[in-house]
Amino acid sequence: MHPIVSKTQLSPNVTRLVVEAPRIAEIRMPGQFVIVRRGPGGERIPLTIADVDKSAGTITLVIQAVGKTTHELTSMNVGDVITDIAGPLGNPTKVLESGHAVCVGGGVGTAVVYPIAQALAANGVKVTSIIGGRSKEWVICEEELRACGDVIVCTDDGSYGRPGFVTEALKELCEAGGVDEVYAVGPVPMMRACSELTRPYGIKTTVSLNSIMIDGTGMCGGCRVSIDGKTEYACVDGPEFDGHKVDFRQMADRLTTYREFEQAALARWTDEHPQAHS
Amino acid sequence: MSEPRGMDEIVDTLSGRAAAAREPLPKKERMKITRGAMPEQDAMARARNFAEVNLGYTEQLAIMEADRCLQCPKPYCVDGCPVSVNIPNFIRLLGEGNIKAAADSLLSDNALPCVTGRVCPQETQCEQVCLRAKTGTPVGIGNLERFVADWAINNRDAFTSTKAASSGKTVAIVGSGPAGLSAAGELTKRGHKVTIFEAFHAAGGVLIYGIPEFRLPKDIVQKEVDRLVADGVEIEPNSIIGKTYTLPELRSRFDAVFVAVGAGLPVFMNVPGENLKGVYSANEYLTRVNLMGAYNPDSDTPVLRGQRVAVVGGGNVAMDSVRTARRLGAAESVCVYRRSRTELPARAEEVHHAEQEGVRFEFLTAPVEVLGDEKGWVTGLKCVRMELGEPDASGRRRPVEIPGSEFVFPCEMVVVAIGTKSNPLLTSTSPDLKVNKWGYIEIDDNLQTSMDGVFAGGDIVRGAATVILAMGDGKKAAGNIDAYLRGELKVPEAAEAAAGS
Repeated sequence: MHPIVSKTQLSPNVTRLVVEAPRIAEIRMPGQFVIVRRGPGGERIPLTIADVDKSAGTITLVIQAVGKTTHELTSMNVGDVITDIAGPLGNPTKVLESGHAVCVGGGVGTAVVYPIAQALAANGVKVTSIIGGRSKEWVICEEELRACGDVIVCTDDGSYGRPGFVTEALKELCEAGGVDEVYAVGPVPMMRACSELTRPYGIKTTVSLNSIMIDGTGMCGGCRVSIDGKTEYACVDGPEFDGHKVDFRQMADRLTTYREFEQAALARWTDEHPQAHS
Repeated sequence: MSEPRGMDEIVDTLSGRAAAAREPLPKKERMKITRGAMPEQDAMARARNFAEVNLGYTEQLAIMEADRCLQCPKPYCVDGCPVSVNIPNFIRLLGEGNIKAAADSLLSDNALPCVTGRVCPQETQCEQVCLRAKTGTPVGIGNLERFVADWAINNRDAFTSTKAASSGKTVAIVGSGPAGLSAAGELTKRGHKVTIFEAFHAAGGVLIYGIPEFRLPKDIVQKEVDRLVADGVEIEPNSIIGKTYTLPELRSRFDAVFVAVGAGLPVFMNVPGENLKGVYSANEYLTRVNLMGAYNPDSDTPVLRGQRVAVVGGGNVAMDSVRTARRLGAAESVCVYRRSRTELPARAEEVHHAEQEGVRFEFLTAPVEVLGDEKGWVTGLKCVRMELGEPDASGRRRPVEIPGSEFVFPCEMVVVAIGTKSNPLLTSTSPDLKVNKWGYIEIDDNLQTSMDGVFAGGDIVRGAATVILAMGDGKKAAGNIDAYLRGELKVPEAAEAAAGS
């Protein structure tokens, strides 16, 4: 049982929930995730642990409302209880020991890249974050990332920061040289574009894959991804992989497996909860 | 007296009026009774629903079947049972009309009789060696076990919780599948405080995520778990050992540990096209349907439904998958197996039920590629025909490809049920725990691992096996853990010799 202790709206469809999970808070490492099940009848979904407060015994989950389950979770309020949280799962990020790292975050992926930036900064690595969104209101975690180093904000419409995609800012940094590793987390097309961009520069690029999972412990194989032509499991072999080896096309394709179900479930849910879907 | 006993007499027996007065039937009379068939749901109806296939004996049928037991002085059936249930005893008590006593007897030997009465391969265990099988059909031991066990579950009030005096010792059990639950029951009886750590949100392991509702209803498993909890067993869900806690941590917190995590990782075929949408491991397919309830349209967890489904493999998991696909609407649900019918490892009853439900078998057939369309969906399974060659290491004749025999089975879904392998989550975070080259935990004759006070059993030791063998391990481990906690565990000779050298 995991009570929600605070809730913040970060962007029109991204919500931050801080929930009690003392054991996970105590041992979690950056890059790890949890499997969350809201309550009876609920789905099991993977969510990256965006932050922890060991002394308070809480973990931070940043959730983008896209389907029924994420809408339900983001409609919960302080004091409500999430029944099941299992973890921490997946391998911790292999954090650079020194040098210059660029952390690229797209949309809700910015909340996933944040703990990586935190760990890099803690190691004394120079961190430059590039984060983006459609417009100003969609940019999240900027303050938190500023605490780790420089932040370049990009908005598609130029309403905040510099206009354009995160890849353009990333290209400039690559051109300038001195980048030792790029960590890119966001929608599949963004991670793919970042990986393609850094390839000619020979800059190691790590991406975090949010595949479909049930157990998160290697048991179902639903999260399988092709890495350099070899099948691996995002849950136990990842979630972070070398972006230059990931078959992004297959990854994106597998994410569409349940699209019809998801759309129907969301439509039913919004019909039943008109006030929640403003 | 050549007629089987009449229903009136049986009903009298049950109501207790005739029970005390009833003389045991002479052997000659017992031999005349023919085996009662298990009542089951109509095949065509059940091929479209998830309700239980077998309906269970009625009281009348059960008493009549009990009377078929010859009460052998040397009961081979008991030796044939991996958990050594005193079979003639509970059957005798049942035949005498004393179901409560029969249930007490059964429960003292077996922590999960509702489960084993449904899923054990009796035909290769107790019933295979039943004396009556020599001249005809064996006593329906599994059916009787189920009857008595279900009676006990439905009459919980008749049983007082017999809590043993506390030993003051604590035991952690990793995994709440058949091995873990079995061990928990036995250890609790001996007064030890048991905590089970389960990775999923619900207890039962393969009994709830793997075996389908139509073969083992989930509320039955829940009732078995509830009984253990009522006896004092604690269950910690969402606890993944190797992640949430490590094994060495547990060992330092508890006086002993039993590792029964199962063999969790699915094995894929390693053929092209296996990552197409519509290809499932049996683990994923069955977990979605069973644990997550995806057969129910109201469930939040989706599962794909194909009109034509190919299930690869010939074990019980393949049977569960192919029958599940049929129930989820497949017009054609086909089991693809590379050997012949004789080698099918599945329980005979499951194969029989599958065929009754319209499942088709393609024997001596092996998949070579999964075919898909431009959108990444499965469109077919390309297969090759096989013939049986020389026996291999397992003693079974090895299937060999027939050149040029390729053909395509058009389908929307492929479920891969060709086995599992060990999950390294726990073992890789336990440096002192010895594993073999396949990642299975090494144990001595006492089921003790290379770590002091840490025992292991079930599939993580054996590789994929059966529920009852896992339960046998659980029961044996519990006995040895009890001896260990009392400082009376005898070190096996080999280990002693090794330690002395």
